[in-house]
Amino acid sequence: MSDKTLTRMDLSEAVFRNVGLSRNESATLVESVLQHISDSLVQGETVKISSFGTFSVRDKGPRVGRNPKTGEEVPISPRRVISFRPSHIMKDRVARGNAG
Amino acid sequence: MIRSELIQKIAEENTHLYQRDVERIVNTVFDEIIEAMARGERVELRGFGAFSVKVRDARIGRNPRTGESVQVDQKAVPFFKTGKLLRDRLNGKEE
Repeated sequence: MSDKTLTRMDLSEAVFRNVGLSRNESATLVESVLQHISDSLVQGETVKISSFGTFSVRDKGPRVGRNPKTGEEVPISPRRVISFRPSHIMKDRVARGNAG
Repeated sequence: MIRSELIQKIAEENTHLYQRDVERIVNTVFDEIIEAMARGERVELRGFGAFSVKVRDARIGRNPRTGESVQVDQKAVPFFKTGKLLRDRLNGKEE
């Protein structure tokens, strides 16, 4: 597995190359994509991007956790978490790309 | 929200752009993430989350219908971890 990590900058650079906007505007638009997805999830909506995957919000109930160092019990309050389910296209692409 | 609605929202905020360019922008973002993971790379988008590749070990599986043993090869699968800012926003902790 590669150690390389892509960031917003790499995504902006790809938009800059593919679409021909300025670097600045490309960066703003990448941010806008992420912002809209986040806002929609915060509203409790599911975000379904065909051929990429589905982000959904799940409610987790309260539970008793434990501090692993001290063994002390701590209450964990109910919270919302995101689950991401990759599309078959993504799963196949990632499996094939990293095979053998 | 689905892909076309996301494209629509961004198009409405950027009336100086052609619809087809907005489509290309949105598609580029998602395609780049998939291609990076296909190369075994991570994509870290601070505040939003990180996409990475996890390797599932080879195992002996079982056909649930026949009970027959089958060899399941090692496999790479995509994984997403939510970023701290988004996790906090989901739980009402706005910055």
